[in-house]
Amino acid sequence: MTLAPHLPSEAQRRRAAYRRRQTVTSVLVAAASTAALGTLLVVAVTGAPGWDRVRESFADPAIARDALPAVLTGLWLNVRLLVCCAAGALLLGLLVALLRTLRGPVFFPVRALAAGYTYTFRGLPLIIVLYVLTLGVPGLRLGGMPSVLVLGGLALVLTYGGYLAEVFRAGIESVHPSQLAAARSLGLTYRQTMRHVVLPQAVRRVAPPLLNDVVAMQKDVGLVSLAGPIDAVRAAQIATAETFNYTPYVVAGVLFVLLAIPLIAITDAVTLRAARRQGRS
Amino acid sequence: MSLLRCRGLRKTYGGHVVLDGLDLTVDEHRVVALIGASGSGKSTLLRCVNLLEELDDGTIELDGEDISDPRVDPDRVRRRIGMVFQSYNLFPHLSVLENVTLAPVRVHGRARAEAQAQARELLDRVGLGEKADAYPDRLSGGQQQRVAIVRALANSPRLMLLDEVTSALDPELVGEVLALIRDLKADGMTMVLATHEMSFAREVADQVCFLDGGRVIETGPPERVLGEPTEPRTRQFLHRIIEAGRL
Repeated sequence: MTLAPHLPSEAQRRRAAYRRRQTVTSVLVAAASTAALGTLLVVAVTGAPGWDRVRESFADPAIARDALPAVLTGLWLNVRLLVCCAAGALLLGLLVALLRTLRGPVFFPVRALAAGYTYTFRGLPLIIVLYVLTLGVPGLRLGGMPSVLVLGGLALVLTYGGYLAEVFRAGIESVHPSQLAAARSLGLTYRQTMRHVVLPQAVRRVAPPLLNDVVAMQKDVGLVSLAGPIDAVRAAQIATAETFNYTPYVVAGVLFVLLAIPLIAITDAVTLRAARRQGRS
Repeated sequence: MSLLRCRGLRKTYGGHVVLDGLDLTVDEHRVVALIGASGSGKSTLLRCVNLLEELDDGTIELDGEDISDPRVDPDRVRRRIGMVFQSYNLFPHLSVLENVTLAPVRVHGRARAEAQAQARELLDRVGLGEKADAYPDRLSGGQQQRVAIVRALANSPRLMLLDEVTSALDPELVGEVLALIRDLKADGMTMVLATHEMSFAREVADQVCFLDGGRVIETGPPERVLGEPTEPRTRQFLHRIIEAGRL
């Protein structure tokens, strides 16, 4: 379809010109205020009396270069642990959330157990769970005991599973009852309704908070180093102890942020794609 | 032989009696319209027949089987009944085609390709063949409701329950949904529909039931119940409808 060319009226041309001038003014104001704030920050930090000493002990390029390999080796442990623990915690969380939605008297003990689990492990500090599992459990001297790394991972899965279960449950409960009524009317069983109607909608809705917990977990997996294994932060600590310089910590910090960026970008993209496809947004 | 027979249905929510000893019989290939004010029990009746609500008393027979018996598997009953809701209730995360094929594939164990072919044919017939791969939120209300009807039809139900299926639609979209229901009647589908569209009830229904206070107060052919009602409450109700310009 071709539209006849539209000639804007005098009033419309005046409005357009005014809006253009407004846009230019806005850009200029934004640039000026950003420059002012940036200058202020740089002056305040670099002009501080102790700046030279801080720069030496937190941003020494030579020490950063020396510490990088050890920190990277440690980070590799973080990444492997994160992948396994995140998968485990997501599965456990989903399972517990599903158990909590079961109706009927037969499932009372299952429901109670699942509820008790989320209450306990959301309340219990991760460090205590870690100590109990990595130090207490091997102390039982049972045969076939898995390594400290596996036990530490289990502590993470148990703790984060509790949080993730509640996120999943919120998602499941956010799906409108009319969706269940429609699914059941078609003859779908409770399980089929959950699997094909409720969960796909629930998981999409809670994907951002789920990923939020995974990003938080990324920072906590390093705590297994309390039981021995050397993660990125522990490697930085060792390097710091050797050089009396904190630059390795900054290196580890930067690497953690770099690691989180793709994770965050992926969820944003996934969420956006689902919303677009369904015709929202 | 009657396909559906409800006797003495009673349903309460809290202390509120919604169905109060309701009787209703629907013969095969007949269309029954339920009319009555909001809260008269029309929707509740349909939900009870589909076993979405638990009865407080009474029996429901489908094809001679007592489906209100708690030992009956509700999933097996619902496979024989198609239900369409006022707010469509399509699954927003599934395409139109996936909405229609979900039950045939998962519930009836049909091959996916076969179910898709049947779904496309049904969608073509209601003029939505091009929308098969679209998602529900991209469709107009009338299109969504037609998809919802097709979704129920894909199960080859013995009985269709339509719960105020045009109430959420803009006036200019009502016609396309009513035309589809007219086609279903021509195909011999047995239907129970709760409706506010009196002229449509008059045209399409074989029998009209006026519900009030959770009972069928008056029932008969549409021209009699809507034209010369004998019950004062039916008259009052129709009078209000006429005043509102809906008949």
